[in-house]
Amino acid sequence: MKNLFNKKNICIIVGVLITYGVLFGLISAKVINSYYKGIITFALINVILAVSLNLIVGFTGQLCLGHAGFMSIGAYVSAIITQKAHMPFVASILIGAVVACILAALVGYPTLKLTGDYFAITTLAFCQIIQIVIMNIDTVGGARGLTGIPTKTTFTVAFIFMVASIVIIKNIINSSQGRAMLSIRENEIAAESMGINALKYKMMAFIIAAFFAGLAGGLYAHYSGYIKPDLFDFNKSIDYLTFVVFGGMGSLSGSIISAIMLTFLPELLRGMGDFRMVIYPLALILLMIFRPEGLFGDKEISLKIFGKLIPSKKSDDREEA
Amino acid sequence: MLEIQNLSIVFGGLKAVSDFNLIINKKEIVGLIGPNGAGKTTVFNMLTGVYTPTEGTISYLGEKIQGLKPYNITQKKIARTFQNIRLFSHLSVLDNVKVSFNYRINYSIFDSIFRTPKFRKTEAEIIDKSIELLKVFSLDGKKDELASNLPYGEQRKLEIVRALAAEPSLLLLDEPAAGMNPQETVELTKLIDWIKDKFNISILLIEHDMKLVMGICDKIAVLDYGKKIAEGTPEEIKNNPKVIEAYLGEGA
Repeated sequence: MKNLFNKKNICIIVGVLITYGVLFGLISAKVINSYYKGIITFALINVILAVSLNLIVGFTGQLCLGHAGFMSIGAYVSAIITQKAHMPFVASILIGAVVACILAALVGYPTLKLTGDYFAITTLAFCQIIQIVIMNIDTVGGARGLTGIPTKTTFTVAFIFMVASIVIIKNIINSSQGRAMLSIRENEIAAESMGINALKYKMMAFIIAAFFAGLAGGLYAHYSGYIKPDLFDFNKSIDYLTFVVFGGMGSLSGSIISAIMLTFLPELLRGMGDFRMVIYPLALILLMIFRPEGLFGDKEISLKIFGKLIPSKKSDDREEA
Repeated sequence: MLEIQNLSIVFGGLKAVSDFNLIINKKEIVGLIGPNGAGKTTVFNMLTGVYTPTEGTISYLGEKIQGLKPYNITQKKIARTFQNIRLFSHLSVLDNVKVSFNYRINYSIFDSIFRTPKFRKTEAEIIDKSIELLKVFSLDGKKDELASNLPYGEQRKLEIVRALAAEPSLLLLDEPAAGMNPQETVELTKLIDWIKDKFNISILLIEHDMKLVMGICDKIAVLDYGKKIAEGTPEEIKNNPKVIEAYLGEGA
C-alpha cells in the first residue's frame, strides 16, 4: 500500500517476467510449435475476456450475456481501421475498444436503471443484433467474413495487453469504485442507502468490461487475420461466461486459470475424437456439482499459499498480478 | 432540523400513510411506534427516498428532500439501518464500513488504476477512519471477518457503524433491538444515547421494545393505520387512551 515496490509487488513482477521469458524462449526456440503458440495466444486473449466479464458479472453482479458482441465490435472496427485507414495497429485496437465502450454506454444506460433480468436479456439481444447487422454489411464481407487483416498480434503484444488488463481491473476492484461495485452485488438497496449511485457504478463496470472485450476482439482479429460474424455469436458469450463461472464469480485468479484451462482442454482432448464432446461438458458438470461456487469461489490466490508450498522460493504466478 | 408536513403515500387504493407530520430538532431522539403494519417503515422509506411520497413535503436543514434518490439523501447527511439486516455479507467488516466513504472520495477511477499518491493518501485515511469507528464499537478485532460470520447482535451494531461512517447528522434506526435479548437491549439503549452525544446527531427510531423507547426518546409519535394518533413525551404517550386502544384494543 505505502510503496509500489514492496516485496509482494516485486515477487509478482518477477513472476510475470519469468513466465513471459520462459514462454517466449520456448516459442523462439521452436520448442512450442506454431499450433500451440496460437493456442497460447488465444488463451491470453481469453483471459482478457474472462477477467473483464468477471468485473461486470462476478464483481458487480449484473449478468451480461453479450460479451462476444462487444468483442466483435472491437474486432471489426479495429480491422477496418488498420485495413482502410492504415493506422498503427495499437491505435486501431484502442479505437475499436472505445467504440465498444460507447455502444455499451448506449445499451447500459436504459437497462441498468432497472433491476432484475432486463440487463441479461438486453445484452443477449444486443449480441444477436450486432451479429445480424455485420452479416448484412457487404463492405465488411457480410456473412463471408473479413479477410486480409494484417496479422500484427504477436505473443508479446497479447501478453502485454493481458497483464495490463489484469492489473487495471485488479486496481479498480481494490479501490473505492470497486467497493461500490461489490456493494451493489451484495445488496443494491443498502448500497444506495450508503450514498452509492448504483447506476453510475453499474455503468462504469459495464463500460470498462466492454472496453476490454473490444480490446480482446481487436487482438483476436489481428492475430487470426480473418474474422466472420459466426465467431462472435451467442455461444461465444456463453463460453466466456463459462470461464467466469468455472473459475469463480468474483475471483480474478479463478478467471485467469479457468480461461487458460478451458482454452487448452478442448485442444488437449482433440486426440480423443468425439469423446471430447463428452469430457468437456462432463468436467463442467462435475465442477458444478462439487464446487458450485467455481474453482476459487470469490477467493484470490495469495502469495501466502505459495509461500507455504514452496518456502523461500519466488513463486511463478502471474495470476496474482 | 427535519420537518415532515402532510406526508401521504398511496399504494394502489391503499393509503398507507396519510397526513403525517413530525418535527425533529437537533440532538433529539424521536421514537416512532405503532402496531404492526401501521406504516412506520413506509415513513422511513419515504424519508430515505426508497418511496416517493404521493403528497406532502419533507424538508431537511431547510431543503426539500422528498422524491430524491436514496443516495442523494445519504449525501445530504441522513443515514439509516434496516429492519431486516442488509449488510454486504460477503465483504469483510472493514470493507462494509469503507463503502460508506464512497460518496466523499476525491479521486477518480484513473487515480485508482494508476495508484496515484492521491489515491493512496485517501485510501489510508479511509482505513484509519473506518478502524477508528470500529474501535468505538469494539468491532475492530473482527475487521477482517466476513460480515455474515458475525453474531446477530454484532451485525446490528455493524449496520449502525456503517451508517455512521456516512457521517449523518440524522440517523434513522429501523428496529435496532429486533431479535435482541433483554440484556443486549439494555446495552443498545445506552449505546444509542451515547451515540447521540458522541456524534452530535439526531436519531429517529422505530422500535417495538417499549422499555427502550420510553427510556431514551425525547419525543414519541404513534402511528396506527397510517395516521398519527398521538405525539408527546414518553409520559404523555404512556397515559394516552388512544395509544392504549391502538395497542390493546377497545375496552382494555
